[in-house]
Amino acid sequence: MAALTQERALTTVGPRPRGLWRGVLRPVLVQIVLVCAGITFLMPFLWMLSTSLKDDQHIFVYPPQWIPAPMMFSNYPAALQYIPYGTYFLNTLQIALFATVGTVISCSLVAYSLARLHWPGRNVLFILTLATMMLPFAVTLIPLFIVFKTLGWINTFRPLIVPAYFGSAFFIFLLRQFFLTIPVELSDAARIDGANELGIFLRIMVPLIKPALATVALLQFLGSYRDFLGPLIYLTDNTKYTLSIGLTIYSSQHSTEWSMLMAASVVMTTPIIILFFFTQRTFVQGITLGGVKG
Amino acid sequence: MAEVGRLTATPAVRRTSARSKQTRALLIGLAFASPWIVGLCVFLVYPIAASLYYSFTDYSVLESPRWIGLRNYADLFTQDDLFITSIVNTGVFAGMLIPIGTVFAIALALLLNLKIRFMALHRTIFYLPVLVPTVALALVWQWVLNPTYGVVNDLLALIGIQGPGWYANPTWAKPSYVIMSLWTVGNAVIIYLAGLQDVPKDLYDAASVDGANALRKLVNVTLPMLTPVILFNVIIGLIGALQVFSEAYIITGGTGNPANSAMFYVLLLYRNAFVYFKMGYASAMAWVLFIMVLIVTLLLVRSSRQWVYYSGEDRR
Repeated sequence: MAALTQERALTTVGPRPRGLWRGVLRPVLVQIVLVCAGITFLMPFLWMLSTSLKDDQHIFVYPPQWIPAPMMFSNYPAALQYIPYGTYFLNTLQIALFATVGTVISCSLVAYSLARLHWPGRNVLFILTLATMMLPFAVTLIPLFIVFKTLGWINTFRPLIVPAYFGSAFFIFLLRQFFLTIPVELSDAARIDGANELGIFLRIMVPLIKPALATVALLQFLGSYRDFLGPLIYLTDNTKYTLSIGLTIYSSQHSTEWSMLMAASVVMTTPIIILFFFTQRTFVQGITLGGVKG
Repeated sequence: MAEVGRLTATPAVRRTSARSKQTRALLIGLAFASPWIVGLCVFLVYPIAASLYYSFTDYSVLESPRWIGLRNYADLFTQDDLFITSIVNTGVFAGMLIPIGTVFAIALALLLNLKIRFMALHRTIFYLPVLVPTVALALVWQWVLNPTYGVVNDLLALIGIQGPGWYANPTWAKPSYVIMSLWTVGNAVIIYLAGLQDVPKDLYDAASVDGANALRKLVNVTLPMLTPVILFNVIIGLIGALQVFSEAYIITGGTGNPANSAMFYVLLLYRNAFVYFKMGYASAMAWVLFIMVLIVTLLLVRSSRQWVYYSGEDRR
């Protein structure tokens, strides 16, 4: 009996009447909860900004004040001069860009092979690729260091760039999933027209996969920008440091100059946040594809 | 569909034998995949084998490795107190972070999945912390949790609680790292959000017809459908949590202080390898970690048969 009346209600034309709870109270309550949680989440950012604009005597004050008075905008140029920030930024940028190019090229080639080419052993390679995603980085850390040391690549950018040109499991997996969504007919038709595989790949497949390539490029760039352990063990010359290492060294030498440290942190974080705001959708779709469709 | 293509092709032109076609396909496939195959061999297979070899040697980089058999492993378990400490520290950290993080991420995802206004803005706010570079993250949180001048203790004082020493206090150091990691839970939230949106709507409608309220729908529809995603996130999260390094290195200056409460496993490994130059010993540590991760992952996957529900989609 109840099921029948329910069914009737579901098939009624027009919007269901929404009670006070669902129509007004619940949305308002949810907004309040979200706003409170949001403010809590944003608090470290605000604290970082606030501290970065204080002068020394106002930092070690109890209770802490939120709005700096006076506003020391001069902290920013000062922080950027203490350490060779420009050099570190250019180093980081150089590494990130070259690694990103390498990743996009190599991973798309391999993903295509795993998705649209048929050859014996293909599935084995795919399973192997998945397995490597679970390998703890600590296992290969030391031998890789020895390999690069033997090659004489320590204190160069090469250990941080060259491996990108040989593929990366997560991105290969991601791009493979994308390639699988392209209809087989497209490449088949091209084959019949006499195109060779490389031509099909470059002229048909790659253009169709551009959003995914953008995602891979973005994620790789972000990964290189933030990388800490890599630069830590491979770069010994302080002219070659990246932002990550530069800021760490700085913090160990000036451990109580919180305004400077926060200013430097703000400058390091801001380019990423700006990049994010311009590329939001690409970010999110990349992570979701890796996590859910996998 | 491919058959249609082949039928319309002029037979006279295509005289290549099936055998050579297969060889050609193999060569092309390998060619495209070659960067990765080379990469796997050089950057993965060789290092894995090499690190296993090193783990049985005494290797200080300045001299050649000297075979000492299982002595590294024996020393780890019998002579090295710091080793045991690091295992406990890392285990406690992961044991706190994974359950709390999972519940927190799912709760956030549920909240952010509601059809409320300004949702895009809310989602962005919760995702922003993920973008903060590790170094800046560590520094900011070190300051936020500063015992005397930090925000958190200030706010706690407002409600009359004497805030603890956070990173400077041995008991509170690990929870401090957990809190910092919870702030960057955005990646997991997005994955859970996508998983939530994948749940077929008619399941909820059917539940409504059966008279289910919101809580029942959550427990009997949402969570079961979400279990594959939960398994994925837990495994990935666990592997990451067991290898916590950068934040601890930055905050403690590589020492794991106070009182070794933040001496995590990979931090100790790093010290043994790059500070004491005991590469063989550190390699043994790496392999012990590898085996522990394998065991934990296998246990998780084994247990997943009990609690993970895969909807009948064709998963290829």
